[in-house]
Order: sequence, then C-alpha cells, then structure tokens
Amino acid sequence: MKILPFSLAAIITVALIMVLDMPLPVKDSHTPRLGYFLSPQKGFWQNADPVDQELNETHAIKGLQGNANVYFDDRMVPHVYAENEHDAIFLQGYLHAKFRLWQMDFQSYAAGGRLSEIMGDSSNGTNFLKIDRFFRRLGMVSGAENSLASLESNPETKAYADAYTEGVNYYISNLKDKDIPFEYKLLNYKPEKWTNLKSVLFMKYMAFDLAGFEQDFEMTNAKSVFSKTEMAALYPYGQDSLDPIIPKGTKFAPAAFSMKPPAGADSVYFNYHSNLPQTDSLIKPDKSNGSNNWAVSGNKTKSGKPILCNDPHLGLNLPSLWFEMQISTPQMNAYGASFPGAPSIVIGFNDSCAWGFTNAMRDVRDYFEIKFKDSSKQEYWYDSAWQKTTFRNEVIHIKGKPDHIEKIPETIWGPVMYDQDYPDMLHTGKAYACHWQAQDGSNEIKTFRALDFSKNYDDYIEAMKGYECPGQNMIFACKRGDIALKQNGKFPAKWRGQGDFLMPGENDTYAWRGFIPDSANIVDHNPSRGFVSSANQLPYDTSYPYYLGGVYPVYRGYLINRYLGRMQQITVQDMEKLQTNNYNIFQEMARPILLKYIDQSALSEKEMKYLDIYIQWNLQNDAIEKGPTIEKLWWDSLMTTVYSDEFSRSSLPLPWPEKSTLLDGLLKDSTHYLFLDNTLTSSQETLQNDITSAFKKMIPVLEKADSENNLVWGKFKKSGIRHLLRIPVLSRLDLFSSGGETEINALKEFHGPSWRMIVELTDSTQAYGIYPGGQSGNPGSPYYDNFVNNWVQGKYYPLLFMKETAMKNRPGLKGTMIFKKA
Amino acid sequence: MKFITSILLTALLGYAAPLYLPWWSFAITTFIVFIFLRQSPGKSFLAGFLGLFLLWGCNALWIDIANNHILSQKVAVILPLGGSSVLLIFLTACIGGLISGFSGLAAAYTRKK
Repeated sequence: MKILPFSLAAIITVALIMVLDMPLPVKDSHTPRLGYFLSPQKGFWQNADPVDQELNETHAIKGLQGNANVYFDDRMVPHVYAENEHDAIFLQGYLHAKFRLWQMDFQSYAAGGRLSEIMGDSSNGTNFLKIDRFFRRLGMVSGAENSLASLESNPETKAYADAYTEGVNYYISNLKDKDIPFEYKLLNYKPEKWTNLKSVLFMKYMAFDLAGFEQDFEMTNAKSVFSKTEMAALYPYGQDSLDPIIPKGTKFAPAAFSMKPPAGADSVYFNYHSNLPQTDSLIKPDKSNGSNNWAVSGNKTKSGKPILCNDPHLGLNLPSLWFEMQISTPQMNAYGASFPGAPSIVIGFNDSCAWGFTNAMRDVRDYFEIKFKDSSKQEYWYDSAWQKTTFRNEVIHIKGKPDHIEKIPETIWGPVMYDQDYPDMLHTGKAYACHWQAQDGSNEIKTFRALDFSKNYDDYIEAMKGYECPGQNMIFACKRGDIALKQNGKFPAKWRGQGDFLMPGENDTYAWRGFIPDSANIVDHNPSRGFVSSANQLPYDTSYPYYLGGVYPVYRGYLINRYLGRMQQITVQDMEKLQTNNYNIFQEMARPILLKYIDQSALSEKEMKYLDIYIQWNLQNDAIEKGPTIEKLWWDSLMTTVYSDEFSRSSLPLPWPEKSTLLDGLLKDSTHYLFLDNTLTSSQETLQNDITSAFKKMIPVLEKADSENNLVWGKFKKSGIRHLLRIPVLSRLDLFSSGGETEINALKEFHGPSWRMIVELTDSTQAYGIYPGGQSGNPGSPYYDNFVNNWVQGKYYPLLFMKETAMKNRPGLKGTMIFKKA
Repeated sequence: MKFITSILLTALLGYAAPLYLPWWSFAITTFIVFIFLRQSPGKSFLAGFLGLFLLWGCNALWIDIANNHILSQKVAVILPLGGSSVLLIFLTACIGGLISGFSGLAAAYTRKK
C-alpha cells in the first residue's frame, strides 16, 4: 500500500465531499450545499417536473372517515369530492401542501417573526432579525395564540382546522427527502410539522397586511412642524370627489358613546409644536392594499340574474397568495380562491351564492406613551400609581448564531413596541405601547367556512357575525336575487382625530371608548340603484358619528359607481371589460387644470412635443400609451414642487399627502391654494409657475425613458410579480401591462389585482377567473406561472363548476387521485 | 474490458447507493469497485470519474429534456452560469465525476506493491 498517495487521494475525496456538503459563504449570503443541490437523485433536479406529468395517486389513509376523489382539470385546478367535511378539508390541506408547502411554511415563519431561523440575522442586505423583532413586538405571536384559543374553543372550527392540519402533515410525513420543495434545498433547511397555530399565524399576517397600516409617528412629526390650518389642508378628513360605499345622505343613528375629544386635548394632543430629532427604516404594509368588488342585481343584467365581481389588490408574489380549487361534499359545494396555509374557500361561490372582499382600510392600530419608573421597566405609571409590568420573553432562533431573546414589556395597552431597545422612527427616546385590534383573539376562519355553506341572504348575515379583524367590505349575491354589501369587522369607536397621533397613556382618557355597535356597520341590501360596490373608499360620508381614521383612495370607487349607474343589460363580457378598465379618471379631473395653467410660451420645442403627446392622449392607461408616463411624472413633479419646501422643515418622516389632496385643493382654491409659493425663495410663485416648472423638471426623465425606448406606459411602469425570496429569475418581471394606481385595473409596480373573479348567478352558475401565477408553487413546474400572460392581457378562464359525474368523464384531465379510508 | 466493467459498475452502484444513503455515498461504492477491479491509478481515476460523470450527466440531461429546461435555466442564473442548461449539466456531471474519480484513485493506491 502506497501510504502517501493513498492518503492524499483519500483526503481529497473526503475534503471534496465535505466542502460540497456545506453551504459556502458568498458575499452576504450562502450557497446551497452544492453536491447535494446538484445531485440528480436528491437535489434540485428532482424538482424539475416533466412537463407532461399527470398526477395520479391512490392512497389508503387511516385518518379518513370515508372515500374521496380529486380530479385535476386542464389548468391543474383540483376538484375535491368527499363524502364528508372532515375528509374534504383534510384533502385541502394535503393539496395545499403538495402544491405550495414551502410557501405556506415560509409565510408562517414570516408572520411569527422566525425568518432569522432560515435566513440568518441578515442576508443580501436585509436585516431579518430586525424584521423578526418587529413582528414579535407588534404582538403577532401572542395575537395568534389568542386567535388559536378562539378557533379551538369553537368545536366546528376546531374540527375544521384539525382536519386541515392532519392533511398537511399527512403530506409532510410521506414526503421523500428528494421531493422536498426547491426553496428548502436552495436555503438548506427542512419542512416542519404543520399546526393550527401556523394557520392562525398566516391569518394574522393577512391582518397585518390589511389592517396594520398606520402613520401615527409620521403624523405626530407633522403636527410638530405644520400649523393647524396646514394640517387640515394636507391631511383632510373626507374627499370632495368621494362617492362612499354606503351612498351619501344615508341617515346614521347617533353615536353610542360620547365622541367628544377629551378635555384639554387641544394643548396635550392637538399641539402643533415640540421638536424631535433622526430617522430609520420602516416596515409597513402597502397602504394601497385595496380591491374592487361590486354586484349588480338581476334588473340590470341581460340574464335577469345577479352578477358578482371581485378583484382583491395585493402585493403580487410567486408562488401566488391564492390557490384555486373546488371542494364538494353532500352538504357543501364551493369553488374559488383559497389561502395556502388555511382551510376554506375564501373568495368564491357555491351552488346558491357568491361572495368576496375588499379591504375596509380602517385605522385599528394606535400607540400610547408609557412612562416607566426606571430603565428596568418593572413598573409604569397608570391611573396615578406605579403598575407592575409583565414581560413576555420571545426566543428568536438565528441560523448559525446564538438565540436572541426579545423581552417584551406588556402593559394595560398592549406590548411596548418601541423603547430604548427598539427605537421608534422619530428617535423620541420614549416608550410606546401598541394597541392593535389584531392582537385580540378572533376567529375569521369561522366566517369563511360559514360563507362556503351559505345558501341565502340570512346565511350571509349570520356568517359575518363575530368577524373582527381585518375589517372587510363583504359583498354577496345569490340566485334568489339578493345583492348586499357590508363593511364588517370590530371597529373602535373613536372621536375625530383620535389615533391620528401618538396618544398619552398615563390613564384611560385617550383610550378607545368602546367598539362601534354592529348595527352601525350598515348593510347595503338590494338598493334601488340596482348595484352595490366598494373600492376601499370611505364607507360613509363624514356625517357618520364615529371617526373613520385611515387613508382611503377615492377614484376607483367614483368611476365604478359612474359606470355601474349607467350600465343596463349587463353581461359577463361587460364585467370583464369593467374589471380591466384602464380609464384614468384622476386625469379627467386634473388635465383641465394642468392645461389651463401651463405657460406654453415658456416651453421649448422639445418640451412642446411631450406636452402635445399629453394633450392628445385618450386618458386610457393602456400599455402602449405614452400619456400615462407623462401624467404620472408630471403629477409627482407637481406634488414635489408644491410641497417640498414645507416638508423640508423636518428631516424626519412625514406622511406625504395623497394625490387627491392636491387635486381637490387646486379644484377648490386654484390660484389661492395654500402651498403654491415656494417659501425657500424670495419670489412669489403662482400656480402657473408651479405647473410649468414641474413640467420642465420631469423632462430629463422623459428624455431618458424616450431614448431607451421605455416611454410607453407598459415599459415605464415595470410591473412584475416577485418570488417571495425576491430572486429575480424566479420572478416574472417587466410585464408589459396596462392600468395603474387610480385605475379600476389597479396594477402598479408589484401590486395589483391578485384574483379576478366574475360570477353570474344563473341557474347553472357561470363563473370566470384568473390570478397572476399558477397552481404549482414549484419554479420547476410548467404550472408555476402559466396564468401570467393571460392575466396581463386581461383574459379570463371559465371556472369548471361541475358535479363529480361530469368532472370524472371530462376530457383533458391532468390526473385523478383516489383516497380511501384505511 | 475491466475498464469498461468498472465504469459500468461505478455508475450502477453509484445510482443504487444514494437511493438509501446520502448523496455522496457513491464515493464509498466507487472505492469498493476499484478495490476489486484492480487497475492502474490513472485508469482507476478515469474510470471512476467517467462512471459518475456519465451517470449524473445522463440523469440530469434526461430530467432536463423532460422538463423542457424550465428549472435548469433558472438555476443556471442563480448559481451563476449565464442561464446555460448545458453548462449546469456539465457542472453537475463534473462534481459527481471528481469525487468518484478521487475515490477510485485512493482505492488504486491500496495495492500491496
């Protein structure tokens, strides 16, 4: 034996294996275990599904109570036919896991403040530990625990969630190592067992996304630099062009509580002075997390039956937030979009009716200042005495590092979100407890389940009872002819301005005075105008006796109501056109002002060329138009021209005014609008100066886009659907798409219609839908993003809603799964 | 003949072992193959390399064609190999080949003389 060469060769072999079996550091991140990752039998190659793969499986499972079959249609949508509810929901869990396991697991990690476990404390410039600490301190985990108690105290929903969890875990425990989803292999970790808590955490994540928006710190900063008049002009309550969800003129019952601000609020709370010093990055839900929904009654449609439409606008990701499926038992038969990670069909229809949601946008997250006795935080001042603080220790595991313990002080108001350990964005050095509706336990799954079972209007009303957060505009239509819409949820009763700013917390003077009684959440049921609609605008006009704090977009709702008011003999095709409508109503109102005041004599030939494009533009935000690009840049430039001098008073975050605020201001006061003069110059600027200089300032951007052939809106806007890990090649970027922020087709950069659905409630239901993604969460599957192109083009798929006998014999099925009880 | 047989055996056992054992278990089977099929160090390395190179290369190629290159083109951007499926298959085959080759080489040096 030749010892030396043997040892050398053996050492090289072992060293190669060891190096290729560990994640290697690259810049701020790590490679996968390359040998494992590239192994054709174990690694990513196993996730490369054959494009013509069919899904045929047979299972005998102990946990099932009967037999069930699943048929996959040509778009890989599963149609589940089970003999009982338990098995149907078990199979929903199984199918969610089979198609979306990594996504649902990852989302539950994000919601529970556990990303550091997978990603390390920071990676590729993202501070995951800070994000985790944010969600922990916000009370996401304790809130989810409260909701879990609520869910499990109800026998029906407990059984429902249990069946779902069993189904997910059946899949996980039979999952071969080589078949674990691609992203686990890439990031080098393994799936963990599913629990009901993980489902609830996902629901809390939706609550954060939809009911977590507030700008209390920014607003508090604003009142320290702006006068009362300026504040009222920059952040008005209500909008002139508002067409509320519940039509104007509706009479409201007086408030159930006194809605007078506390005595002394003028000096303590509405105080427009005091200095605060340096800023920081923010974790915020997108404030335009909105949506459209409407339903028209039979007397406005060609078929004589109601049509219901819904398109929730959310951050667009791959794998998609939604998974399409049909669930059928002898008692229930529902089809629609479901959340991978939770049981039920969320937005959909059944044999009798259809339902959907848009976001209520109400502000249900406020801060109260806490005065601790000393830096140990053991006691805080409340009701003229020192109260004991309780502490909640949350352990954050960090990949490759020791655990981080987040010691969260809990007060009567809720968890202390900001203090010296986790400073707020204004660096006040003070402590603030966060009081957020989603910290309470609530049972949203109960409502989703009940809607799946609903047969008529009364069932719909019953289903909504007890639903708390995130508040939603819940729309309904049924074959009997009813249409209805209600802004549903548990909303705090606030006085005007309450919760706009940080509030004193040393006693209950500034506490929420209770909750708005459900009778004041008004149902719009079969109105004489023949339709109901919502698009995240204010639900009521400002005569509503409770304060409707929050930020509400105004234009989509206004336009939808204008169209629906005029339309007659409506067909599904008309609704498709309306849902994908790109008319720019904002510019219909803004263009006359811009063109009236721009000083054309001051423009060069080159500048006139762009102005001409804008003048001749048809006001459609179509991908091929250049007008929308000019419109967007010009208005943004005008906002900056008008407001930047006032906003330079503070280097700390301030809430930027809404587009509608400037437009409403100019429509009302035009040349006398408060902010026209640039206070940083000695000259007196006029509206004409501002509009003209705003136009000139954007010319370099236009020219650059023009020279790169990116001036048309579809290219300039750069819409895309990003993978959850933000890996570009797993995303679909640079989609040539129409629409925009103020259009009914609200497709912005990474945000837009996440599920378009139209349901005509004829005797045999006619339904159409599409979402930007595909049924499979696997980047190696042809079904990963196969809906995207049709979605960009505004096309729809007919949704197959059939009895098992018809589905079974349908040509073109992509597979059949047979489940038997063992 | 011995050379060809050792390549085929390396590939066969290199496929069978990871069905039950970790991805790198082919290094052990390759070692065993070249303990029994004695050849010169050069030939042992080459045959060991080729056995796994062909196995992993063909396996990956087969999967990639059936998948219409959907995933390989994405992974070849992440790694990064300029989006080339062919390069990715080549890299895959080389990694398997190298480990197996060195394992074969080590086996060859266990000879008494």
